[in-house]
Amino acid sequence: MENSLILSSSPHITGGNTTKRIMIDVVIALIPAIISGVYFYGLRILAVVITSVISCVLCEYISQKIMKRNITISDFSAVVTGVLLALNMPPAIPLWIVVIGGFLAIVLIKQLFGGIGQNFMNPALGARAILMISWAQHMTNWTNPANPDAISGATPLEALKKGAEVVEVIRPDYLELFLGYPVGSIGEASILALLIGGIYLLYRKVISPAIPVSFIGTVAILTFIFGGDRLFTGDFLYHILAGGLVLGAFFMATDYSTSPVTTKGRIIMGIGCGIITTIIRLYSNYPEGVSFAILLMNLLTPMIDRFTVPVSFGGETKNA
Amino acid sequence: MSNVKAVQSESGKVRAAIKTLTNGIIKENPTLRLVLGTCPTLAVTTSAIFGVGMGISATLVLIGSNVVISLLRKVIPDKVRIPAYITIIAGFVTIIQLLLKAYVPVLDKALGIFIPLIVVNCIILARAEMFASKNTVFMSALDGLGMGLGFTIALLIIGSIREILGNGTWFGINLTKDLIDPAVIMILPPGGFIAFGLVIAIFNKLTNNKVEKIDCHACGMCGKAQETYENKVNSESKEKSDDREVAVK
Repeated sequence: MENSLILSSSPHITGGNTTKRIMIDVVIALIPAIISGVYFYGLRILAVVITSVISCVLCEYISQKIMKRNITISDFSAVVTGVLLALNMPPAIPLWIVVIGGFLAIVLIKQLFGGIGQNFMNPALGARAILMISWAQHMTNWTNPANPDAISGATPLEALKKGAEVVEVIRPDYLELFLGYPVGSIGEASILALLIGGIYLLYRKVISPAIPVSFIGTVAILTFIFGGDRLFTGDFLYHILAGGLVLGAFFMATDYSTSPVTTKGRIIMGIGCGIITTIIRLYSNYPEGVSFAILLMNLLTPMIDRFTVPVSFGGETKNA
Repeated sequence: MSNVKAVQSESGKVRAAIKTLTNGIIKENPTLRLVLGTCPTLAVTTSAIFGVGMGISATLVLIGSNVVISLLRKVIPDKVRIPAYITIIAGFVTIIQLLLKAYVPVLDKALGIFIPLIVVNCIILARAEMFASKNTVFMSALDGLGMGLGFTIALLIIGSIREILGNGTWFGINLTKDLIDPAVIMILPPGGFIAFGLVIAIFNKLTNNKVEKIDCHACGMCGKAQETYENKVNSESKEKSDDREVAVK
């Protein structure tokens, strides 16, 4: 640690840490999730992903051209947004909604607020929230396009929510949820595939473990305490494995421009996300709250950053 | 702002009148430029017809209150002017509300509480304070008409965007309703904010070069605004021999 702070005189060797490299790493990390989507829902998923990526990149190019900004489509950030947006869609989503989602994410949420690094919330999640309110019937249609004759079931979290009233809903077991349970958004089918990508990102140091660990940990603790009929009887493993928690914690909440800079701030953000997610899952009409939790904490990120400014080296001392 | 000079020549008067009238439509559009009256703007623009209904109601109140306040501007004591203005405005709002109830009950039902709330609408009070209390009756009427038209146009634009995108219709005429599913969010509150923000942005972009710099006295509500306004009025009145009574407090 001490050695790494000593700066030699120039010329320096650069770390090669560019936006492009980071974004390509994220895309690589998302490939297992895309593969799992294709495996469970068929080749239509590829069409959804490609439509989403193309519309995001095109919107970025056109809007930057109109606003006379530097064209930054080669940094792959629009591709990442496109892939994440696609993974947040239900498998049977009409493609025109995906195109509108790409437009909303890139133009409305990213470019109008200043482009990469300036967006106040995660573009893919913001677009998903708008789509969710606009076309709720399409966004919660969990029919599996690979097997359209099957009755569309409830997502694992919907099953949990309806559990008391509806008898015939099937609650999948843990192993099924971990390996892949094909009801829900494209990206949340297989926790295993997401974990492979998440671990790759951690290994490449693209993301720090602070947000995913504190986020998932908070949800686990809170659902264990409050999720059951009595205190401390909640089925926390089910809450971790079901829904978009892993996808959100590893790939969405860690977005650079919308998450705090310091480790302390990141832990605060993760805990906040976890609390809001648990409240929405347990006490609201929505079965899932990860996306809204992340969006709300995105909005709080500037405040968190303001209150977690680290003391500069040799700067402030107590009782000076 | 209210720099309508008492110009001697006939053509100058006409020009000043036109300037007063168009002032509220583009240069000081109450909704899109001064950002006054945002509450009714966001609440009633779920369809174009509600927006226009609200706009016309507010315009009528604005013209009426501007005329009466301008007539009484030398009678109303300075210290109680705001309660006096509110009373006058409330009178006109009551008239409008009773007319709406009698002749267009559908609109009255749709606009609901926002018709009585015109009483406390920022635009109307601001025009009374900033213009009608300092200018002639004719000019105040023109100012009320211009501001009202600006408000109505802004509401029409926002209402049209929200109705077309959110419901697939325009003034109730089916446009795209059967072709694509409308984006429900646009007729909900979040859609109101999105549409409002985008319209302001586009309006600013389009009129960017035509706008004079406006001091923050535009709303006349806070102390600082009053201060800058008084400075401006003082410096103006020193320069010009103005036969109008200039309100210097």
